Amino acid sequence: MKNQRMFILSGLLPALLLVLVFTYYPFFKGIVMAFQEYKLFDLRNVHFVGLDNFKAAFKDPKFLMALKNSGYWVFCSLILQFTFGLILALMMKKQFKGRGIYQGFAFYSWALSGFLIGMIWKWMFNSQIGVINDLLLKFGIIHERIGFLSDPKWAMVSNIVANVWYGVAFFAIMLLAALQSVPSELYEAAEMDGAASWRKLMNVTLPYIMPTIIATTLLRAIWIFNDPSIIYGLTNGGPAGSTHILSSLMLDKIIYGGDYGAASAIGIIMMVILLLYTIFFLTVTKAEKVGDF
Amino acid sequence: MKQRLLSMFKFSYLSLYLIIMIFPLYWIVITSLKPQKDIFSFPLKYWPDTITMDNYVNIFKISKFHIYIGNSFLIAITAAFVVLIIAILSAYVLARFSFRGHRQIMLAFFATQMLPGFIALAPLYLMMSNMHLLNNRISLVLMYTVGLIPFSTIMLRGFFQRIPGSLEEAAMIDGCSRWSALIRIIIPVMLPGIASTFIFAFVQNWNELFLAVMFIDNDALKTLPVAMNSFIMKFDVDWGAMSAGAVLSIIPTILIFAFAQRFIVEGLTQGAEKG
Repeated sequence: MKNQRMFILSGLLPALLLVLVFTYYPFFKGIVMAFQEYKLFDLRNVHFVGLDNFKAAFKDPKFLMALKNSGYWVFCSLILQFTFGLILALMMKKQFKGRGIYQGFAFYSWALSGFLIGMIWKWMFNSQIGVINDLLLKFGIIHERIGFLSDPKWAMVSNIVANVWYGVAFFAIMLLAALQSVPSELYEAAEMDGAASWRKLMNVTLPYIMPTIIATTLLRAIWIFNDPSIIYGLTNGGPAGSTHILSSLMLDKIIYGGDYGAASAIGIIMMVILLLYTIFFLTVTKAEKVGDF
Repeated sequence: MKQRLLSMFKFSYLSLYLIIMIFPLYWIVITSLKPQKDIFSFPLKYWPDTITMDNYVNIFKISKFHIYIGNSFLIAITAAFVVLIIAILSAYVLARFSFRGHRQIMLAFFATQMLPGFIALAPLYLMMSNMHLLNNRISLVLMYTVGLIPFSTIMLRGFFQRIPGSLEEAAMIDGCSRWSALIRIIIPVMLPGIASTFIFAFVQNWNELFLAVMFIDNDALKTLPVAMNSFIMKFDVDWGAMSAGAVLSIIPTILIFAFAQRFIVEGLTQGAEKG
């Protein structure tokens, strides 16, 4: 028995210790920073300022813009990724010739970094020599070039397009796996009842994979909300700070502003939003079991 | 009739999606192979009539690109190995034993996947500075390892749970210790799961940008993403060199994905389902 306890302890110790020291400790330190004046270029003048960083954030038009953009970014990206991903998974469910190879091309975006994807799309969205303008002109969809990245009206849309391109694969992978686990007896029973394929989808397939749908949308929304890498590579918040989301604005304040207090305050606001979102989501979907492990 | 309509829709949807997925990759590759003057002139060439390696030659000339590639491989592989060793142990313990604090540990690992991790970025920078690890590749190996411990543990635990415990019990009755049962019996059975965890970790490390930007600014220690990031700032208009750099950074992960795609997809979905 004592042997077993030793084994448990020594197996867990490296993982626990590292995560505590290099993930949780700096994380809580970051939370404290949110209540401090903490600038990298003025480290001698670190002191507590109460809620000043939060007050400053809510007075900052850039922050308010980023708050609005975050909602827009998560909502549009999520809906589109999910819809296209679900259709793709349904289409790929039945075996067809070359499905293995197709899957390789359909899912490879997973292996790329958001930053590089942002860069590649930046090149394609270029207002003078970008291929997207060229194609749209060729097909007669537009008549003059659009400044996708320089026009605030389009810049956020461009970010979302790149993000949808990136994320459809994620949903397709997860939902395809779930679809393939639907027992075929369920379909046979439905067919005996003479159910049409649309009804089969609504009454058999979707209810069966609902736990996967709930878990993946919940997780995906959080990752989309937290991940600034596509925006960083594509518009980097531009033009004039109109396309920052909360996480990219926070990153900007850390890397280029050195204003750790202000950045941490944004981080805490993000955590509160995530918490409210998770509670809301789990209540609406009545899925307390999603996080049960 | 309805059947035909459905399969036509299916065919068009799958084809259109495939084109949309491949096109950006195609475009960046084509751009990298065009001579400088073709990149910036009209009409755009969708199929270049002259192909050149100039952009690739150029990128090794204007920067230490071979060094960035080396750094990226070194850091990504080392960190993936270390995380694998640590996570196999923790995943095994969490899969096989129940004890006080089990649930809390799982919760603490899960939470790291959902919290806005950048809150820790500034304190980490100060920690690395205090430990004199800024501009040192060890800082990245350390941070990449730590960052992947929770996810890898959750994923590997899913694989362990699918292997019946009777397997190592039989070995232990035969006189094996738990350690040697783990190493000699269980791990060989788990190899597919271990391989997909390793690949996942490698790809994540290979792609990581923000920690590397914070911790490294010595040119000889930069990883590929950091180098690409400073390219954008320095040569914003040199899309020839940048596309060549992008293609070179993408190749390893794409190759891995092409060879191990089945593995990875299976590993991610099944690991996650069990998690």
